[in-house]
Amino acid sequence: MIRIAKRSEVSKNRNVLTRIAAIIMALMLSALFIVFLGHDPLKVYLSMIEGSFGSVYRFKETIISTIPLTITSLGILLAFKMKFWNIGAEGQMIMGAFLASYFALNYPDMNRLVLLTLMLVAGAVGGGIWGLIPAYFKSKYGTNEVLFTLMMNYIALKWITYLQYGPWKDKNALGFPKIPNFTSNAVLPKLFGIHVGWLIAIILTALVYVFIHYTKKGYEINVIGESESTGAYAGMNVRKIILQAMFLGGALAGISGMIQASAVSGTLSVEVTGGVGYTAIIVTWLSGLSAPLIVIVSFLFAILIQGGSYIQTAFQIPQSAAQILQGMILLFVLGSEFFVKYQIIYKNIKLKKKEGK
Amino acid sequence: MLQDKKKLVEMKNITKTFGKVQANNDVFLTLYGGEVHSLLGENGAGKSTLMNILSGIYQPDSGFVFVEGLKVDIATPKVAIGLGIGMVHQHFKLVDVLTAKENIIAGQKGMPFINGGKISEEIRYLSERYGLEINPDKKIYDMSVAEKQRVEILKVLYSGAKILILDEPTAVLTPQETKKLFEIINRMKKSGCAVVIITHKLNEVLEISDKITILRKGEYIETVENKNLDSRELTDKMVGKSMNLSINRPETDDKKLLLRVSGLTVKDIEQVKVLKDITFDLSSGEVLGVAGVAGSGQKELCEAIAGLQKIHSGKIKFNKSNLVGKSPREIIKMGISMSFVPEDRLGMGLIASMDIVDNVLLKEYQSQKGFFLSKKESREKALDLVEKLNISTPDINTKVSMLSGGNIQKVLLGREIEIKPQLMITAYPARGLDISSAHLVYDLINEQKKNGVAVLFVGEDLDVLIEMCDRIMVLCNGKLIGTVDGHQATKEDLGYMMAGNPLNKGVDDIS
Repeated sequence: MIRIAKRSEVSKNRNVLTRIAAIIMALMLSALFIVFLGHDPLKVYLSMIEGSFGSVYRFKETIISTIPLTITSLGILLAFKMKFWNIGAEGQMIMGAFLASYFALNYPDMNRLVLLTLMLVAGAVGGGIWGLIPAYFKSKYGTNEVLFTLMMNYIALKWITYLQYGPWKDKNALGFPKIPNFTSNAVLPKLFGIHVGWLIAIILTALVYVFIHYTKKGYEINVIGESESTGAYAGMNVRKIILQAMFLGGALAGISGMIQASAVSGTLSVEVTGGVGYTAIIVTWLSGLSAPLIVIVSFLFAILIQGGSYIQTAFQIPQSAAQILQGMILLFVLGSEFFVKYQIIYKNIKLKKKEGK
Repeated sequence: MLQDKKKLVEMKNITKTFGKVQANNDVFLTLYGGEVHSLLGENGAGKSTLMNILSGIYQPDSGFVFVEGLKVDIATPKVAIGLGIGMVHQHFKLVDVLTAKENIIAGQKGMPFINGGKISEEIRYLSERYGLEINPDKKIYDMSVAEKQRVEILKVLYSGAKILILDEPTAVLTPQETKKLFEIINRMKKSGCAVVIITHKLNEVLEISDKITILRKGEYIETVENKNLDSRELTDKMVGKSMNLSINRPETDDKKLLLRVSGLTVKDIEQVKVLKDITFDLSSGEVLGVAGVAGSGQKELCEAIAGLQKIHSGKIKFNKSNLVGKSPREIIKMGISMSFVPEDRLGMGLIASMDIVDNVLLKEYQSQKGFFLSKKESREKALDLVEKLNISTPDINTKVSMLSGGNIQKVLLGREIEIKPQLMITAYPARGLDISSAHLVYDLINEQKKNGVAVLFVGEDLDVLIEMCDRIMVLCNGKLIGTVDGHQATKEDLGYMMAGNPLNKGVDDIS
């Protein structure tokens, strides 16, 4: 007979080992899938590594993919710490990019430093407000934040579509529906060959880490995440704290959107996020809500993304194959949580033996 | 007489562990038909575990269960029901929106269609036979706690159980309702059933049971016949050491009016009044007890004073300041130092996943200046608490959830005393604690009283309330039924009042 029992203690070693085992199993199962597609899985995996590290250019691309994942995940972390299930980072990124683009398009000749600072603040405010709205309705009327934030994503997306086809359409694009490119003043400069977003990401990671662990507000967020009634009992203004944290979380996503628009696409478009807002949810969860781990997990995901697009050209495998791999890893890691917390006991014939004595 | 008692259940060498905790270690239990058998032990002694094994909820790690002489493997609750074993849990498992009848037949095998008339007849037969008065067509949500319990018992009997397990059956009952329950149990006993009662209330054990099995920390201590037993001796066996069981009621002189509550009315989310026009005074150096069946408005009363409940109407005056409409934060800012030990320790008073330092910090951090958090002071206070209250923990950075119930309460109570309160609200501060921890809690509260603190003490154990409180007020259904002097109060009086009868209007039988 099989029985499931809760483990009394979760050791760190077991936790790490279980998760590594999960990733290996995900890779093995995906290997079967790759064989099914008619390729050698080992070769495919190796070329994924090559695709992300094989040259200086590829390595830079991997870093560039890591940046938005990291910053957006930090924003989601603040929400998840409070058990506010924010699925709306995608929309918050878009609105951050939108507000930043407003300044980029309307003040193209402003001093570069001033304009970029303005865009950064605008990005934070745009994303922040987009995060604040669902938080307000949740704290006031108890709306479901999962559905609310998800729907807000579509509103943001369609708003950009409208701008792209309507008021912000580039008159010089010969009827092609696109928003004009930013002037060079509105593009983030490079530092060591990669746009400064990487520096921003590192600074924000440190800030979020300090905020969560060493400030009163961070402590309040931790308490409220555990129990809102404990927060109220201790005299916290629970509602205000939820609103503040969601504004900050949205602001981080908004900054990430601004960076993508400014440094990566050089304009605003519906593809500005590239789905980062959703991938970041996975990253945040896999990092176990730890800011430093978010950087590492983001980097690993960037490898998957870059490697995925590389094997597409190298093996003529659709990129969706790499997405399947991502999905597998997530599924296995989430599944492995069960084995971290519980153990399975196989009851054998011991019982009968004892009876005999 | 002894010959016709049939051995129904035999449990031998039962061992069960949960992680590192030995819930049962080599435990024995033999049940005979026509006998009431009490399982006596403190919290964590393994009583419930043993009965959960018998009713198929848990599987033992080792050991055997025999039912009517046959070795059985009770793999699921369904197997247990098939063997005639039924358990009435402490927390009722009834569907609120269904009628008693529907609840009783739920889960029964049989035809897809319900023969309502026949079932009603069967239920009526059973309820008459055992004195379990219920109306089969009444909805559960319309029922009192005692009625719900009768439905639970009927449900078990209807499934054909001969072995009944009652888990803490009197915890939610008034003394009068308890008496009635005991009559029912006696009838079941006469019809040949074996009844097991899980409890830690000594007086009841001595009143109802034929045999008593004592467990302590998962170990089997002994099984005794209920003849010429000394409650003293039983306690010592249960606790494992000699205990002084009396509770002090220190007298204080300097009593000054501190808290005046008048006409307090609180409504819940559905606009139902959960507190109705409550008026009372509380002075410094006084312990005011609050008695009542669970859910009579005690929680709302505590939370209203602490600033956690929206108040519909009425006044709460602390000295001269009005507390109505003030949040806990504002109350602190007014310079009022109020301690609140809530009923829900890990859901409200403490954060289970944080360590002792961070939990001490909860009531401190707001007085710190600036943006950053300083843990230095809390660390010192935590060390101090651990030493002063003898909290057994590996260190102050241990998660509170890893501590035992008694130690958790010590952390909470210690922190609340540390803020040097003028008013202290405690809700069920000794619930779930073993006897020695409970007495430590009573001592701590009495010490506060001697320091001139006004204490509101919400309790469930009437003996404790009578021994400890200066006055006891009784709530029923959100109404204040009356207040009695602790020196003169009797359990019977309190029981009548808990059922909603004011004392001066005559004390007729309520049941």
